[in-house]
Amino acid sequence: MRILRGVAAALGAAWRFIRRDKKAMVGAFILLALLIISAFPSWFTPDDPAAEIYNPGMGLSWAHPLGTTSFGQDVFSQLMAGTRQSMMIAMVVGFFCTILSVVIGISAAYLGGLVDDALSLFTDVVLVIPTFPLIIVITAYLKSASFWLMVFVLVITGWSYGARQLRVQALSLRNRDYLLAARARGESAWYVIAVELIPPMTSLIVANFLGAALYAVLAESGLQFVGLGDINAESWGTMLYWAQNNEALTTGLPLWALAPGVAIAVLGSALALLNYAFDEIANPALRPVGGRRRKKVVRA
Amino acid sequence: MKFLVRRVGFLLAALWAAVTVNFFIPRLMPGNPAEAMMATFRGHVNPAALHALEVAFGINTKESLASAYVQYLGNLLHGNLGISTSSFPNPVTTVIARGLPWSLGLVGLSTVLGFLIGTGLGALAAWRRGGWLDNVLPPMFVIISAFPYFWVGLLSIWLFALTLNWLPIIGAFNATAVPTWSWSFIQDVVRHAILPSFTILVTSIGGWILTMRNNMITVVAEDYVKMARAKGLRPRRILWQYAGRNALLPNLTGFAMSLGFVISGAILVEYVFNYPGVGFMLLQAVQSQDYPLMQALFLLITVAVLLAIFISDVATALLDPRTRGGK
Repeated sequence: MRILRGVAAALGAAWRFIRRDKKAMVGAFILLALLIISAFPSWFTPDDPAAEIYNPGMGLSWAHPLGTTSFGQDVFSQLMAGTRQSMMIAMVVGFFCTILSVVIGISAAYLGGLVDDALSLFTDVVLVIPTFPLIIVITAYLKSASFWLMVFVLVITGWSYGARQLRVQALSLRNRDYLLAARARGESAWYVIAVELIPPMTSLIVANFLGAALYAVLAESGLQFVGLGDINAESWGTMLYWAQNNEALTTGLPLWALAPGVAIAVLGSALALLNYAFDEIANPALRPVGGRRRKKVVRA
Repeated sequence: MKFLVRRVGFLLAALWAAVTVNFFIPRLMPGNPAEAMMATFRGHVNPAALHALEVAFGINTKESLASAYVQYLGNLLHGNLGISTSSFPNPVTTVIARGLPWSLGLVGLSTVLGFLIGTGLGALAAWRRGGWLDNVLPPMFVIISAFPYFWVGLLSIWLFALTLNWLPIIGAFNATAVPTWSWSFIQDVVRHAILPSFTILVTSIGGWILTMRNNMITVVAEDYVKMARAKGLRPRRILWQYAGRNALLPNLTGFAMSLGFVISGAILVEYVFNYPGVGFMLLQAVQSQDYPLMQALFLLITVAVLLAIFISDVATALLDPRTRGGK
């Protein structure tokens, strides 16, 4: 019961924030729409996305709002059906990256000393090694990357940025009086971390989740585009792979190649807009200024 | 000095990590795929070169892991990266040398240019807080930076090369042209570089604008900026020499940290434009299962990024007196 009430309170707070901020509102609305599409793809796919039954290479029409591929598949249906995989990758990779970032970033800051030195060095090294070439090399050996393999590779390469940010913020909170007071009361380290240290960092943690999700969507679609994902998957990156391999742009089927990119860009923008909004909560100085305050700054 | 020593230490640690990852990846893969590649080599390559490849990919199981590792490091130090299977019998280093100048020219120049333009725009946006630049640029680039690099490339090919016919579609120069230092060839190269360079610029610039703007907002609120205003200094001087200089430092560190991300995107841009740099080469090596070339390119890209980070660290040390004295 208490947990339920806590969840309800958190959702309420999130809603109040989203309602106030235009950027967050747009981002949340897009995410919700994509979530519905990926939960019930069959509601939005008039045709079987894989069936090669139509005239190949058709342009725009009422029956095929985005035309057909050169194999005779309906582009619109493929687009709708592909939503699920990008959403899944975003959420799952975002989730695991955030867990790793929180665990590594906060233990580094809280434990301090040698542990901090070692964990920070490790984080920084992972951060500077260019991840995409590394992912390419790993998936090249495995020929074709399945969903969970992709998740694994993206998580081990994607957590470091968040860990670094969270460590910095946890360090700045570490010696605040209320934390010292909790320790003086004799609370366990776990209690202090879970109840006193993490809640004030929520907005930064959410921002990190969104950042990692965005990274996952872009990296996954890039890998699929060059043929390193599962080329039979129903996803936007795979659509782009087939469009590119059949020279959709030069053979007069630009929609086949451009539509999945728009879809990725829309999901990416939604994540980025929410991320931006949560950054503004974490750092109030970044919030947009109204006309009145601006005048004051100019006079000063 | 202490700062630089720490950064050199970090550079070495990161280099060692990259080299070690490179060594272990083929060994950790199920059913070492490099074995098939080795079969094609036997009888064609001299025994010493064959042994070097065995060491690099962990084929010869008689060898202990530790001694293979030491030999592999030795080979690397001597610049012995193996033989490319896709352009046999050329050593990997010769193959890479063909692609490197193209990448340095395109990706290097576009990245630095993007950083400079983005930093300048970010500083201006924060300076006129709430002005049109500040209201338009950050949200616009937040959205653009969420676009896939390669898709921006596809879009610009479709728009500028195919629909408007302004610029060539792919490649680094006309297929019929002979690379020389003539004026017409240079013009041709520049024309081919515009679209890929534009793609990298547009997608990377947003990050710099945003971080610079955010740093600048903090710096403009500092007392020394107020003091400069009170002294009646010209706004332009305060903007660039007082606030901008100090806001630039964290942005330079940010540049170093997100360089890997930009390079990753640039690999796909080279692929979309068939641009003959190392990124395109890496994906071709993957497709032709040229494992020695692939691993060498991974190392090369990593080393290039690490060196660039180190250079920006040194630049930070030169610009910021606080880092020179010690911690």
